[in-house]
Amino acid sequence: MDKMPAWADAVLVPLISILLAAFLSALVILAIGENPVEAFKLMVDGALMRSTGWGYTLYYTTNFIFTGLCVAVAFHAKMFNIGGEGQAMIGGLGVALACLFIPFPHWSVALIVATLAAAAFGAAWAFIPAWLQAKRGSHIVITTIMFNFIAAALLNYVLVNLLRPVGAMEPATANFPAATHLPTFQDMFASEGNPLFRGSPANVTFFLAVAACVAFWVLIWRTKLGYEIRAFGHSESAARYAGISPVRITVIAMLISGGLAGMMALNTTMGEAERLVLNATEGAGFIGIAVALMGRSHPVGVFLAALLFGFLYQGGAELALWTNIPRELITVIQALVILFTGALDNMVRLPLEKLFLATRRRSS
Amino acid sequence: MNDTPAIELKGISKAFGPVQANKDISIRVMPGTIHGIIGENGAGKSTLMSILYGFYKADAGEIWVNGSHKDITDSQAAISAGIGMVFQHFKLVQNFTVLENIILGAEDGPMLRPSLARARGVLKQLAEEYELSVDPDELVENLSVGHQQRVEILKALYRQADILILDEPTGVLTPAEADHLFRILDHLRAEGKTVILITHKLREIMEITDTVSVMRRGEMTATVKTAETSPEQLAELMVGRKVLLRVDKTPAQPGEVLLDVQNLRHVDDAGVERLKGVSLQLRAGEVLGIAGVAGNGQSELLEVLGGYADASGAVTMKGVSLPLSGAGADGSARRKAGIGHVPEDRQEEGLIMPYTAWENTVFGYHRDPHYQSGMLMNNARIKEEAQDKMTRYDVRPPNPNLAARNFSGGNQQKIVLAREIERDPDVLLIGQPTRGVDIGAIEFIHQEIIRLRDKGKAILLVSVELDEIFSLSDRIAVMFDGQIMGERMPGETDQTELGLLMAGVTERPEGKLIDAVDASLKEKEAREARQHD
Repeated sequence: MDKMPAWADAVLVPLISILLAAFLSALVILAIGENPVEAFKLMVDGALMRSTGWGYTLYYTTNFIFTGLCVAVAFHAKMFNIGGEGQAMIGGLGVALACLFIPFPHWSVALIVATLAAAAFGAAWAFIPAWLQAKRGSHIVITTIMFNFIAAALLNYVLVNLLRPVGAMEPATANFPAATHLPTFQDMFASEGNPLFRGSPANVTFFLAVAACVAFWVLIWRTKLGYEIRAFGHSESAARYAGISPVRITVIAMLISGGLAGMMALNTTMGEAERLVLNATEGAGFIGIAVALMGRSHPVGVFLAALLFGFLYQGGAELALWTNIPRELITVIQALVILFTGALDNMVRLPLEKLFLATRRRSS
Repeated sequence: MNDTPAIELKGISKAFGPVQANKDISIRVMPGTIHGIIGENGAGKSTLMSILYGFYKADAGEIWVNGSHKDITDSQAAISAGIGMVFQHFKLVQNFTVLENIILGAEDGPMLRPSLARARGVLKQLAEEYELSVDPDELVENLSVGHQQRVEILKALYRQADILILDEPTGVLTPAEADHLFRILDHLRAEGKTVILITHKLREIMEITDTVSVMRRGEMTATVKTAETSPEQLAELMVGRKVLLRVDKTPAQPGEVLLDVQNLRHVDDAGVERLKGVSLQLRAGEVLGIAGVAGNGQSELLEVLGGYADASGAVTMKGVSLPLSGAGADGSARRKAGIGHVPEDRQEEGLIMPYTAWENTVFGYHRDPHYQSGMLMNNARIKEEAQDKMTRYDVRPPNPNLAARNFSGGNQQKIVLAREIERDPDVLLIGQPTRGVDIGAIEFIHQEIIRLRDKGKAILLVSVELDEIFSLSDRIAVMFDGQIMGERMPGETDQTELGLLMAGVTERPEGKLIDAVDASLKEKEAREARQHD
């Protein structure tokens, strides 16, 4: 074998990448005259040390799991779906329509129907680029980026002209009826004597996201469709030889991808805001790319990477709140993590591989 | 004769990770000789030559050129030491003229005109000296493969190479072109140049070389005078055991027609017609060999019959018509109809390289309900059967959990064969069954093909190796330019006749064979160029 052990590949490489990113971030914080150790403490404190902090961290994590899985499933078919952002926006529209116009008896029924609506709307938004790629060869990276803009414009139009309650100033829908409100972690875990997750937005969709991770694993590694998606991703010519239709796989993989992105809207729109606002996605669609890259398109990896980015989001918000570190710097730190774990992956991997081979040769 | 070796390698070693590609290799190549280096794929021939040409740096060892120690760190250093290399895949700029390609990187100054003028003169002289005539003003893309190779040789000579390395030079040539190449090499030798010829074809070694070195698993196992050895001995040195070079088989007992192909036409994505009305019949219990130089429509024929390229015409399998485009024209429909397919390129088509061996043993048949349990795939059953197939087809190592890319070429091919043969197809399409496969595995694969034939199956064999076509086929059809030029029985024809058919020459010409071949190929190139416009 000419490779390093799997655990090093899966754990050590991302870990070192994160440490490098953290080190550089520390230098940047130093450069603007703040104390990086203090800043880090504050982030950990705010994101992980109190249940409310966890409530926020897991809320963001939920978003990133969905968008991370969205990008990951497309990666398995060797497609780069940059359109998670737009697909999530349109998914939000699906959620809003379901919640506003169907009288639900109970939140559980609402969740099921809204999930279907979110997935269907997100998938539909991914279908057009997928079809163009499969039939016309229009590159999916280009078309999905363009569809993000179209989605934003469409949502803007719908919110301003169609769904905005009469007299309201804000481009947003009316509040969803109470029967559609999802139980938050506070509702589920807090008691009189033990007030947990107070005021935090994490809600039941987190468990849906975890279930999606499991379903993703089964789909990709245990079903015939997953077998075909991966085969197509590794070699299109081999797929054709085996009678796997490139058009079919391209379209199906993108439908699943778009559906997962759409489901992210359950968390933001139904779980948190309880109405559809403009820019509910807040860039989570793009973070999904980093999450999928860092998680190696494996659901366990995606879960852990989503957790890391959830921590960065929540910790970053704390920093902006309590220090003079501007919010933009948080973006810089997040960008560094993306840069090191995604783009500069080989910078860490190659030396590490050499090191492993050298030690092995010496011992053999 | 001069006693100083033109090239002397002393104790060259090179490792890639844990793989020892070259182990303590020493070799002396005498000036004015043709020195063959033979060995199986992965034996380390190409690595050794890459070190000599400065692409890799050896971990240990020295390179001596004409008696002086040279430190060859890049190809520029190799060129200035007088070493030229002709790669298997040419490195020419397609839309430059021959002359422009020749001076590329060896211009005399900032202005091109004087360089071009000088090159024109040198080229004329070289052409006369070595039978290396090429039109200097022709665009490279309009040249036949054989002529492109001449340009590569001219490039090296223009840079005043005294030592010429050729890596598998005949892989893409018709037999007549290969003969011409050997005549060029003969001239080079007569002029005192030194030639190193890397090949895996025993026949070429016996035909042209003075000395031959055999490599096996990164080591130089022997260097012998060609006149004092035999193909059998060389094969044994390459593999490390006795090898059967001929296939034992009884005469075929052809039965009913299983596959009937009529007037097949296929146009590729670029709009070029690749199959121009191919008709053939395949009978139970026979091997029909399709001979031809690579790129004359054989690949497209396999793709169309395998169900993944559209075509017009008619194909019937046991009397039932098969769709050639649209619904029902795909690989899995063909498999259901009883057509198995061992594709030409196992790495790009036949296998998913990162998949494990067991995953690959059902590739293309993975939708079979036998491999499903409910919504999921029955991985336990697939693994169990994979283990069994690998044992029976002698795949080494017999570990189904290893990724396909970790097997050698021969063992990868055995995985594909096991998969296709075990489904018991009535018709088996096989493309290049032994390309990149070691001699030991070739023996096994050939025996399997004959065994299948003797079970009454029909086999369509496409191969660019004429030897293979001769030893396996019961009937030989020759393809050229998307057409079948003719059918021959193996006992009633010879390499020369097939070679001419492979170049599109149907009548045995008077005068020089190579001229007729040249004319025919030129006509084909011109036709293709017209079609592109």
